[in-house]
Amino acid sequence: MEEILSDKIGKKIILLGNDAILRGALESGVQFVSTYPGTPASEIGNTLYRIQSSKFKIKNFYFEFSTNEKVAMEAGAGASFSGLRTLVVMKHFGLNVASDFLMPLVYSGIKGGMVIVVADDPNCWSSAQSEQDIRAFAQLAHIPILEPSDSQECKDFTKLAFEISEKFKIPVMIRETTRVALQSGIVKLGKIILGKRKGKFVKDPHQFVTMPPRVLEMKKELLKKIRRIKKEISEKSPLNKTYGKNSKIGIITFGVSFLYAMEALKDLNLNLPVLKLGFFYPLPKEKIKKFIKNFKKVLIVEELEPYLEKEVKELAKEVNTKLQIFGKDLLPEVGEFRPEYVMKAVAKLTGKRWKISESKLPDFPKRRPQLCPGCPYWLVFQGVKKAANPKEVIFGGEIGCYMLAGLAPHYIQDYLFCMGSSVGIAHGIKKSSKQKLIAFVGDSSFFHSGIPALINAVHNKSNPLVVIMDNRTTAMTGHQPHPGTEKTGMGEKTEATKIEDIVKACGVKNLKIIDPINQKEFIKTVQKFLKNKEVSVIIARRSCLFIKI
Amino acid sequence: MKKEFNIIISGVGGQGIITLTRILTEAALIERYDLKSSELHGLSQRGGSVESHIRFGQKIYSPLVKIGGSDLIISLESQEALKVCYYASKTNTIFLVNDFIKPILNAKVFSSKNISKELKRFSKRLFFVPASKITKEKLDKEVLAGVYLLGYAVFKKLIPLKPNSVLKAIEKIVPKKYFLLNKKAFYLTRYD
Repeated sequence: MEEILSDKIGKKIILLGNDAILRGALESGVQFVSTYPGTPASEIGNTLYRIQSSKFKIKNFYFEFSTNEKVAMEAGAGASFSGLRTLVVMKHFGLNVASDFLMPLVYSGIKGGMVIVVADDPNCWSSAQSEQDIRAFAQLAHIPILEPSDSQECKDFTKLAFEISEKFKIPVMIRETTRVALQSGIVKLGKIILGKRKGKFVKDPHQFVTMPPRVLEMKKELLKKIRRIKKEISEKSPLNKTYGKNSKIGIITFGVSFLYAMEALKDLNLNLPVLKLGFFYPLPKEKIKKFIKNFKKVLIVEELEPYLEKEVKELAKEVNTKLQIFGKDLLPEVGEFRPEYVMKAVAKLTGKRWKISESKLPDFPKRRPQLCPGCPYWLVFQGVKKAANPKEVIFGGEIGCYMLAGLAPHYIQDYLFCMGSSVGIAHGIKKSSKQKLIAFVGDSSFFHSGIPALINAVHNKSNPLVVIMDNRTTAMTGHQPHPGTEKTGMGEKTEATKIEDIVKACGVKNLKIIDPINQKEFIKTVQKFLKNKEVSVIIARRSCLFIKI
Repeated sequence: MKKEFNIIISGVGGQGIITLTRILTEAALIERYDLKSSELHGLSQRGGSVESHIRFGQKIYSPLVKIGGSDLIISLESQEALKVCYYASKTNTIFLVNDFIKPILNAKVFSSKNISKELKRFSKRLFFVPASKITKEKLDKEVLAGVYLLGYAVFKKLIPLKPNSVLKAIEKIVPKKYFLLNKKAFYLTRYD
């Protein structure tokens, strides 16, 4: 049995941050989990998929890989509306996709506790498109956000998030970053509660129908809820905790940055007051004001955007106008923090002498990731390069293993943005220019958000060549099933949705399914389709090496 | 042991670095230390450079080792040791490097001699061990190089963890059917 399911209460085990969140959900009686895979949040789904496919399947419990994050959130909301405790998991870009649904969901509120886990990726370790900080959604959506620092907190905060969510009938977000999600540490186990609720949707249009003028009433109710959560929970919560002894200099921090700050104080042999915030929204403003009231200086140790720093600057105007506030002037706004960055900032703040000896690094060539030896995408890229002159043809890239098209030895990627975008952009280029174009899209990406773009191109009489790279799995994030495969997240057999049927139904006349091992046929088809006056699609179908069919 | 012990493991995706990281943290837990580790997953790990951080001791906050803050750097590929050498300090750090090279696309290969020279600028305490070659010859599996080096570090007392704790951790982490093979790799240095 997986250790994460252990029933030894009080036992200390090592868990990855993501798995600790899952354990917290299981200790809260969660009965419905939905996700679209995305690193650094993928392990929550992967662990559940493994468990639900094994003989230790959790009872009275449902898990799915949804087609995209918006659908995952909608499905989770449906379960919550029916009274079940629900967990929805995604990476930061997923929240962009789901945000259309998130805004009204926070207005209407929920029934069964609903926790949304979102993982940011400072430094873009496994995120191609941007280095965003999803805490911005706090202001936009008015959704409570909790942020843990380590694995134990991942579990504890998740449990608390379920309680707050159910008490105030509002979805609650857990924000994690890569160094928390993929950090391992010791977690003390509590009791797993097997949820026994039977879902029932009780009709209540007053709650679940968002339409003016009711929607404005809902907004008022939401703001009231947030004020209550601030007063009753955030201002009093031990999650917002003070460490160290009193002094004229203090630190405010949260998440993984807190760990770096404590490390810095330990190494510099300092004992300064530290306010660690577990709540980012609603912010415990009274607690912060009390903390900064008598300081001369305060340092905000905050990775990515200076949202908290701006708040503290506002609060200082009320209680301590002479306070010197440091943050982004001492610490970077781009990229992740490292312990030595925080040490340097704390040393500067306190006038301590501290220097690291930085020797010149050897001139070491970068080892870039590569397609696995034997990956079917080698055949696709090789065939495309033979069929189309890379100097003349434009290559549209997309999110998946095939974005390695941009690196050596391929170099066939002229643009790369987000999932589903390769076809949408291709259409715009084809309407503006006579250049030839091939847009790549993966099988899971196609289901995720490629389909509307394809319909748009067909309807508006465009003519890009779309190559669907069908390797029969969601390979990049760890080989999760998708609607084109015959497995569900519960490990059950299901009927695969055929990509070719969808392509045909979108109105595509020129369609060919080719195993790229047949290079001659593949090359000939690319050459022929590039001349077409309508949209053409090649489904390059060959399984990823790591899946068994 | 002093207050804490900091390890960096580097290498190339697919060499078993995450397994090694899990074995070490599990062994530290068995010896009742506080601990943290940090790793990365995803596409960049596919044949790219990989580094993981393991820290244990009385009280551990940061999941990352700081620059110049490592006690031991284990590199499963020689050139990859160069990429993490800024974690070394002249006074503290031991390099334990697998004498094994995986060429980088479109780049000239650093020779073991050159790598050695470069690393010694950061710390003179350097062990170059042909772990892949030995495990290939004796156990017919290069991928056991990591566990072999772990045995090397434990029995030569480069890591303050007891052999028994590490062996227990291996038994817990490694799939059952590979346990005996891993155990052999772990003990191999004792019969050298």
